[in-house]
Amino acid sequence: METIWFILVALMLTAYVVLDGFDLGVGILSPWVAKTPDERRLVQRTIGPVWDGNEVWLLAAGGALYFAFPLLYASSFSGFYLPLMMVLWLLMLRGIGVELRAHVDDPLAWTLCDFVFSLASLLLAIFFGAAIGNVVRGVPLGPDGYFFEPLWTDFRVGPHPGILDWYTVLTGVLALVTLAVHGAHYLAVKTEGEIQARSRRFAALGWITLVILTFLSLVASLSIRPGILERFRTDPWGWAIPVLVAASLAVMPIYRRRGRDREAFLASTAYIVGMLGGAAFALYPYLLPASTDPSFSLTVHNAKTGAYSLRVGLIWWMLGMVLAVGYCTFLYRSFRGKVSLQGEGY
Amino acid sequence: MESALGIHRLHFAFTVTYHYLFPQLTMGLAPLLLLFKSLALWKQDERYNKAARFWAKIFAINFFFGVITGVPMEFQFGTNWSRFAQYSGGVIATALAMEGVFAFFLESSFLGVFLFGERRFGQKIHWLSALMVFLGSWISGFFIIVTDAWMQHPVGFEIGADGTAHLSSFWALLFNEWAFWQYIHNMGGAVITGAFAMAATGAFYVLSGRQEEYGRLFLRAGVIVAAIASLFQLWPSGDQHGRLVTQYQPITLAAMEGLFNTEAGAGIVLVGQPDTDRQKLDNPIHVPGALSFLTYRHWESVVKGLNDFPRDQWPDNIALLYYSYHIMVGLGTLFILIMAIAALLLWRRKLYESRWMLWILMLSFPFPYIANTAGWITAEVGRQPWVVYGLMRTANGYSSNVSAGNGLFSLLGFMGMYSLLSILFLLLLWRELMHGPAFLDEKG
Ligand code: HDD
Ligand code: HEM
Ligand code: HEM
Repeated sequence: METIWFILVALMLTAYVVLDGFDLGVGILSPWVAKTPDERRLVQRTIGPVWDGNEVWLLAAGGALYFAFPLLYASSFSGFYLPLMMVLWLLMLRGIGVELRAHVDDPLAWTLCDFVFSLASLLLAIFFGAAIGNVVRGVPLGPDGYFFEPLWTDFRVGPHPGILDWYTVLTGVLALVTLAVHGAHYLAVKTEGEIQARSRRFAALGWITLVILTFLSLVASLSIRPGILERFRTDPWGWAIPVLVAASLAVMPIYRRRGRDREAFLASTAYIVGMLGGAAFALYPYLLPASTDPSFSLTVHNAKTGAYSLRVGLIWWMLGMVLAVGYCTFLYRSFRGKVSLQGEGY
Repeated sequence: MESALGIHRLHFAFTVTYHYLFPQLTMGLAPLLLLFKSLALWKQDERYNKAARFWAKIFAINFFFGVITGVPMEFQFGTNWSRFAQYSGGVIATALAMEGVFAFFLESSFLGVFLFGERRFGQKIHWLSALMVFLGSWISGFFIIVTDAWMQHPVGFEIGADGTAHLSSFWALLFNEWAFWQYIHNMGGAVITGAFAMAATGAFYVLSGRQEEYGRLFLRAGVIVAAIASLFQLWPSGDQHGRLVTQYQPITLAAMEGLFNTEAGAGIVLVGQPDTDRQKLDNPIHVPGALSFLTYRHWESVVKGLNDFPRDQWPDNIALLYYSYHIMVGLGTLFILIMAIAALLLWRRKLYESRWMLWILMLSFPFPYIANTAGWITAEVGRQPWVVYGLMRTANGYSSNVSAGNGLFSLLGFMGMYSLLSILFLLLLWRELMHGPAFLDEKG
């Protein structure tokens, strides 16, 4: 049962990264792909009606995580206190950047909104990447399952690391590039003309960087957690994950060159799914490994909630998800197609 | 308040109080929007559609601020109250996670359709989206109240082998008697906020002589709804909520009423200042026997005073508790008075000319906010010293791994952020108010 919930929570988090990922990507790229005020407005409109719904996936995933693994939620949210607070402020600033822009009509205010929106998106991408890095690397858990991590110590991967060390900086940059490429693909799907051409150029540039960083992070992950290879030996089907990652990287430039933006977007989606799936696979059954003493680690077994809750939860969760996926599909279908400056709206 | 415990309490209280300023209007306006959309469909009158469009704009701005201040709330159980989160997660996380999948998706998806889809989808779907937004916000409120009600009156759980609370009955959690009355009462409070805001806007338009046609429409809708909701707030919902407090939290009741000594035929204090050191009430004005009657339905019943309970179970801020309760009830009485007179004038067709009443209506919109906030402070301070009533003390629930310094850092950060938000909110609202409903066309 707890394994099912591990998978469900991982799926919801992945849904968040894929969906809000392109919002963040658009934010990161907007100063580079949109030059004139009209272009900026157009770029904003690509995510206007959907970003809030996408952010809900983070809340829903957080809720499900708390539901299934209360100790993990309590320990990690308090242990990552400082970065989480900053993430909260950045999420607010990002929201302000998007929404305020739609409500004011002063060029000066637009410039400010765009700047806030881009900067917040960029930092959020790095924070999320560093967060995954922290989980994979492990944190200084005490025997009671709690810890507190400062923002940085000496940037080395040791038993008492900070949020930022060389490894998590690497994963942060990797996330930044991943989401930028993802956002560039999304923009290419939703726009035409100049913006589309610029987005494709950025996708090309990003792709090379992404290949290099993926390789580097793989080597780095294996060097700090050699145990990962063991998992592949016991569960050989896990090899499907690196294959998926490699394949999606390989097809991205092919589709891009043919102008098949939708397929390129799907490829970056597959890449994200593969990378996150790989992290989840490598971790299982650990939820939060301890850098101090491995026996302090939080696992799906020692952090799970009561069996009754988990069983009942499966019922309402499935019902709720069917509804939620229904609404999301409806929303995306309603606002499908290229965006334009005609008509009301964002 | 230099201790980590103090900082974490302040942190939570500050952010949740600020957050709740927005949802109360969202939840209060949602049924009024649905009302306008329904009237437009039913009477085929375009004015109702314009009114709905205008309020949808206000709603959207308010909703957005509710969302960005709500996200931190969901995090703070873990960040600032980790021990409590671990202890009670087996139960309350069910309600919180259900809120996510059942309410937030519904609300955020259909709000987009409601705001930008009127032309694209036609009136029927647009009405449906108004219904969905209404349901979404009210379901969201329900699950949050279920969470809070469990902390006030824990049911449907057992203590597991790991020492934390585990859910033992899903339905007991959702149909918690406390949750039922708290929800009804709280939603009544939200409707009061919404209706007062609408009446105040109407009064503003009529008084300033702009878009008077809409001003009157808003006045009519606002006054009627506010009059009904204000009465409802006292009876049955406030009365029943009070009965639960009497039954399950008698210490809280005594402190709310400023009752230090057990009395038969206890009176209700209208005014007076509690002195906790000397354990008496200064300058009291009483209605004799009323408290006994309201709580036990007998003028002579014995109501237990604080001195009959061990001191370590007293709420730790009796003065604040006492004042906030009296502010809520005092304002509630005032609302009934104002709205009864306004409704009378409306009925006699004199309201639009009675400028003194319009001034009162226009200036009274902040008071429901104060009443709602005071009500929550009553509930939350009254629950002390417990974070989960009778089970876990607040002092054992906070994140002991997060130091006071780190807590203060983020508290100050939130204060700065929220100052900025307040300015933006008022600016945006003012802009919409100045535009008014008359020129709004359908969208999307
Ligand atoms: C416009 C808002 C408003 C108004 C006019 C009133 N209330 Fe209220 N009250 C609330 C808004 C509210 C609230 C914000 O909704 C509270 C706080 C917690 C909750 O669930 O509801 C609340 C809580 C609350 C409680 C529970 C306190 C606790 O849990 O310790 C009682 C006994 C009452 N109310 C009673 C009344 C009475 C007798 C009123 C007489 C007119 C009244 N309220 C007016
Ligand atoms: C229904 C949702 C709510 C939940 C689950 C909730 C939960 C909590 C928690 C966990 C605390 C900290 C522990 C404690 O001090 O006991 C707290 C304190 C507090 N909350 Fe709430 N709260 C809710 C709604 C509100 C609202 C809407 C307000 C105000 C408008 C409010 C006002 C306060 C105050 C003033 C405190 C501090 C009490 C004190 O420290 O003495 N709460 N609440
Ligand atoms: C500790 C308590 C609370 C938590 C954890 C919390 C959590 C949240 C979150 C995460 C959101 C954003 C949802 C989105 O993205 O769509 C939100 C908005 C909302 N909350 Fe809260 N909230 C709390 C207190 C309350 C209370 C006391 C109420 C009312 C009973 C309430 C009612 C709402 C509503 C109706 C919304 C929709 C947005 C809006 O109305 O502005 N919340 N809340």
